[in-house]
Amino acid sequence: MNAFLRKALLCAPLFILMGLLGLVFAAPLLFMFASSFKHDDAIFSDLSSWSAYVPDAGWSMANYAAIFERSNLPLFLFNSTLIALAVVVGGILVNSMLAFSLSRMRWRGRGAVLSVVVGMMIIPFEVIAIPLLSLVARLPWLGIEQGALTLHIGWFNSLHVQIIPFLANAFCVFLFYQFFRDIPPELDEAAKMDGAGPWALFFRIILPNSRPVIATAAIVLFIAAWNQYLWPIMVVQGEAARPVQPGIQQFFGRSNSWGQIMAYASVVTLPVLAVFLAFQRQFVASVAGSGIKG
Amino acid sequence: MKTLLGRDHPLAVGGFAGPALILFAAFILAPLLLAAAATFTNHRLVSPEPTRYVGLDNYKRLLALQVVTVEPLRDGAGAVLRDEDGMRFPTWRQTRSERPALAGYRAAWQFGLGERRIVLAATDPLFYRSLINTFLFALLVLPLQCGVALGLALLVNQRIAGRIFFRTVYFAPVVTSMVVASIVWSFMLNTDRGMINELLRTLTGNPDVGPDWLGESRYAMPAIAIMSAWQGAGFQMLVFLAGLQSISPELYEAATLMGANAWQRFVHVTLPGLRNTIVFVMVSTMLMAFGLFTQVDVMTAGGPLDSTTTVVYHAVRSGFKQQDIGYGSTITLVFFGIVLLASALQRFLASKGADK
Amino acid sequence: MSRKTLAALAMLATLSGAGMAAPTEIKVWRHDTGDAEMVASRDMVERFNRSQAKWRVVVESIPQGSYTESITAASLVGQLPCLMTIDQPAVPNFAWAGNIRPLDDLLPESVVRPLLPGGRGTYRGRLYSVGQFDVVLALFARRSALVAEGARVATVEQPYSAQELRDILLKVKHTGHYRYPLDLNGKAKGEWVSYAFSPWLQSAGADLVDRNDYLRVDGVLNGGPALGVARYYARLFKDKLAERNPADEKGFEQGRSLIQYTGSWKARDYAERFGDDLVVMPPPDFGHGPRVGAASWQWAVSRSCPHAAGAAAFLSHVLSASEMAEMSRMTGLVPVSAAAAAMTEHYRPGSDWRVYFDFAARYAQPRPATPAYPAISAAFEKAMADLRGGKEPAEAMDEAVEAIEYDLARNNGYGFTRPKAVASK
Repeated sequence: MNAFLRKALLCAPLFILMGLLGLVFAAPLLFMFASSFKHDDAIFSDLSSWSAYVPDAGWSMANYAAIFERSNLPLFLFNSTLIALAVVVGGILVNSMLAFSLSRMRWRGRGAVLSVVVGMMIIPFEVIAIPLLSLVARLPWLGIEQGALTLHIGWFNSLHVQIIPFLANAFCVFLFYQFFRDIPPELDEAAKMDGAGPWALFFRIILPNSRPVIATAAIVLFIAAWNQYLWPIMVVQGEAARPVQPGIQQFFGRSNSWGQIMAYASVVTLPVLAVFLAFQRQFVASVAGSGIKG
Repeated sequence: MKTLLGRDHPLAVGGFAGPALILFAAFILAPLLLAAAATFTNHRLVSPEPTRYVGLDNYKRLLALQVVTVEPLRDGAGAVLRDEDGMRFPTWRQTRSERPALAGYRAAWQFGLGERRIVLAATDPLFYRSLINTFLFALLVLPLQCGVALGLALLVNQRIAGRIFFRTVYFAPVVTSMVVASIVWSFMLNTDRGMINELLRTLTGNPDVGPDWLGESRYAMPAIAIMSAWQGAGFQMLVFLAGLQSISPELYEAATLMGANAWQRFVHVTLPGLRNTIVFVMVSTMLMAFGLFTQVDVMTAGGPLDSTTTVVYHAVRSGFKQQDIGYGSTITLVFFGIVLLASALQRFLASKGADK
Repeated sequence: MSRKTLAALAMLATLSGAGMAAPTEIKVWRHDTGDAEMVASRDMVERFNRSQAKWRVVVESIPQGSYTESITAASLVGQLPCLMTIDQPAVPNFAWAGNIRPLDDLLPESVVRPLLPGGRGTYRGRLYSVGQFDVVLALFARRSALVAEGARVATVEQPYSAQELRDILLKVKHTGHYRYPLDLNGKAKGEWVSYAFSPWLQSAGADLVDRNDYLRVDGVLNGGPALGVARYYARLFKDKLAERNPADEKGFEQGRSLIQYTGSWKARDYAERFGDDLVVMPPPDFGHGPRVGAASWQWAVSRSCPHAAGAAAFLSHVLSASEMAEMSRMTGLVPVSAAAAAMTEHYRPGSDWRVYFDFAARYAQPRPATPAYPAISAAFEKAMADLRGGKEPAEAMDEAVEAIEYDLARNNGYGFTRPKAVASK
C-alpha cells in the first residue's frame, strides 16, 4: 500500500483516541449547551440518555430570549469584557516588568522578593477577601462627574475595583520569570554593545521575543478576570458595574429555571472560548518559529 | 544563569519592579497582614460589640489535640457490657462530662485497642479532618491532572489532522467558570439519572451498579478530584505543549539514528527535556489543589460527613457563614504556614537531589 | 374656591414643579427573583412614585442567590441604602449589628396592626421588618395517585401523623410504583433546610433553641423529641423513601414521586398543571400538631437612612391592602392580612387557595428571633446533611448543639441573659 494509506492507518488509532478523549472533555459543555435549547422538563427527562447532549426535536431559543429579558446581560458582558481587557493589558505589562527586573537585573533584595512572589501564589483569594473589602472601602478615587474632578472615598460599585487589585498576579510573574531566565544572555550583550539601556532592551528585544509566554499570561489573566465571582458579589451591588458571573445567581431562587441557567452559562462561556481560539494560533505559531529555544 | 547588567541603577529597578510590587503590597500583602492581625482578635463579620484582643485563643482552639483513653461500660460485677455491635462505650458527651479538662473537645478519630477505645480529641476536629482531605485531594488530582495533561500534549503534538480542533476542545473546560462546571457535573454525577452511572450500567450490563458519587464519603472526594482534573488538564496541556515544542528536533533525530524506538525516545529525550516543565506543572497543580473551594461549595457543601471539607472551605464557612472572621483567618494563616513549610521542604529536597 | 385662590394655587404648583422641590430620591435594594415578583414589585414602586411628588423610590436589584453576601459586605463598610429587603430570619442579626432601625415609631399603628405574624420581623419585642406576603409549607399530592395507592387524603382537621405518613410511604415503596415516593425538595440548599424541617422539631415539642431565653440549646435540640425527629428524617433516606441527592425539584411534577413537601410558591404552578386533581395537605404531625415556617422576604429600613419619613411613606404604601392584594394576584403568594386576602381571588374566604391562608393562621411558627439565627441555621443544616449521610442521630444533633453553644458563648449570648427565675434543668 502507498505511503498515504500507511500513514492514515498509523494515525487512525491516535485519531480515534483523540476523538474519544474529546468527547469526554466536551461532554459536560455539550450538555450545558444542548440544555440551553430545551424546556426545563425536557432537560430532566433526557438526563440519563444520550439525548442530554444534543438539542431535542422541540428545541427553541426561548431560554436565550428569556435571559436577555430578565437580566441586563449585554451590559454585564460589556463590563466583563472591559474588565478582562484592562486586566490583561495592565497585567502583562506590570508582571513582565517585575519578572524582567527579577531575572535580568541585579539588585539587593531580589532573592527575597522572588521568594515572596512565589509564596503569594499559594494564597487563595478567599483568605484576603474580607480585609481587602475593608481596604477598598477606604481608598480614595478621583472621578470625573459632570465635568468636574471629584474625589470620593471608596471604590465600591465601580469597574476599577474589579481591575486594579488583580493586575499584579504572582503566577504570571513566575511564568514570565521562568521564560526570561531561558532567554540566552547573548541578546543582552548585543543590546548593551549597541548602547541600549534596560528599557530599550525590555521593550524592543525581550518582549517581542516572548510571544508564547505573553499569550499564556493573557489567557490566564483573561480567564481569571472573566470568571470573577466572589469579589464582584462583595463590592458591586448595583447593576451598572456588575460583570457576568454574579448575574447567574439571579436565576437561582425558589424555582430554578435550569434551561435559562444553562443558556446564561453558555452565553458567558462562549466568548472566552473565542478569545482562546484567537490567541491560540498566535501562541503555537510563535513557539514553533521562535528559534530561541533551538 | 548570568545577569549581565551589573548592579543596576535603582531608578531603573524601581521603574520595572515598582508597579507590580506596589500592587502586591497594597492588595495582597496588606490584607494578609490584616488577616493575620485578626487572628489575635475575636473579630466578627457583623457585631455591635467592639473587637477584642484575645491573644492565642484562636490558635489554641484550632490546634488543641489530646489523646483520651475510654473504658467500656461495665456492669456491677466489672464485666464488660456488650451488644450486637460490640462493646458498649459511653457517648462522647458522657465521657467529657466526667473529665473537666476535656471541656470544648470533640472526638476526631477513634479506634479500638484491646478492651479500650483510644480517642483523638480536638477542639476543632474538622480542621484536622480538612487538612487530611485537602492533602488527599492533592494526592488524587496531581497524578491525574498532570498525567492526562502530558498525554494530551503528546497527542496534539503529533502531526495529525484536526489537532487544532482537539486542542480547543481539551482546553474548553478551562474557560468554563467553576460554578457552572460544578452545576453541570452534579447533574452528570447524579446516582439514578446521571450520565456517568448510565454509562457504567450500559458498560457492565448490571442495572444495580452506579455508586452514589456525591452522597457517599468514599466516592465524593474522588469524584471532585476527577472533575477538577477535567477542568484543569487543558491548561497544563498547553504548558506541556510549549515545553515539548522547545525540545530540539535534532535530539529526536539523533536518538532515532541510534536505533531508539518510540518508548525509548520518550524516556530518554522527551522526559529529560521536559524536566523543568514537569516541575512547574506539578507545583502549580498542587498549589491550586490546596485552594480547593468552589467545587466543594457548589457540589457537596463539605459533605457527606465532612469528607470533602477542605481547609479553605472550612475557613470560609467559619468566617463568612458562621461570621467568625478571627477564627476563619486563623485557619487560613495556619494552613498557609503549613504549605509554605511543605514547599520549602520540597525545594530543599529537590536541590539536595540535584546536587547528587 | 375663588379664582384668586385657584390662580395662587396654580402658581404654587408651577413653582414647585419648576424645581423648587424635586422629589427626594430614596435608594432601595431588593433581591432579584427575576419572575412575576419583579414585575409586580416594579409596578408597585411606580404606583408609589406617581401617587405623590415628595419622594421617588429608586430600586436596585441584586441577584437573589448571593443577596445575603452582597448586603453583608455592604453593611461591613456602611454602604447600605435607605430601604432593603431581607429574608426575615436574618433580621434579628441585622438589628443586633445595628444596621437597621426599629419600625414601631416609624409606621402608623393602623398599618401594622392587621399584619399576620408572617408579615412581621420582630426582635426583642420591637418591630424591625414588615412583609407583604408569606409562604407556607404543604404536602402536595395528586388525588388520583393517592387513591390508586389506597392512601387517605389528609385534611386540615385530620393531618397525617408522622407515623402514618411513613407507613403510607413504605407501603407505596414496596409496590415499586415509585422509586422515591417522597420528594423533599432536596435540590434546594441553604435556608430551605432550616425553613422546612425545623417546624418538624416544633411539631414534636422540641425546637432549635429555647425561646424563653434564647440561650438554652442543650436538651432542646438534642433532647428526646428532637432525636425522634432526627431518627425519622434519617430513616427516610435509609429506607430510600426520599432521594438523598436529587438531580432536580421536578420529581413530583413528572410523576416520579407520590408526595412532595415544598412551599406554597408552587401553588399556582401545580394548580395549573393538575387542576382539581391536586390536593394540598398539611405537613405531618409529630405529636403537637403540624407546624409550618413563617415569614419570607421583608422590608427593613437602615439606620443610616436620611429620609425616614420617605421610607415610612413607602412602607405604608407597600402594606396597604390593595398593594398586598395586587402582589398576591401577580405572584400567587399568601397575603399577610385578612383585608388583603379578602380582596384577592384565590385567598378570600371560600376560595381555592384559602387553605394556605388557613395554614398560615393555624400552624405558622416563625423561626427563632435571635441574632444567633444564621449560626443556628448553619448548624442545623449541617446536622440534617450529616443525617442524610448516615451519621448517628444523637451525634449529629450533639454536634449541632456544640456549634450553637460555641457561637453563643463567643458572642456573649448576643445580649440575652437568663431570666432570674429559671425552671430547673
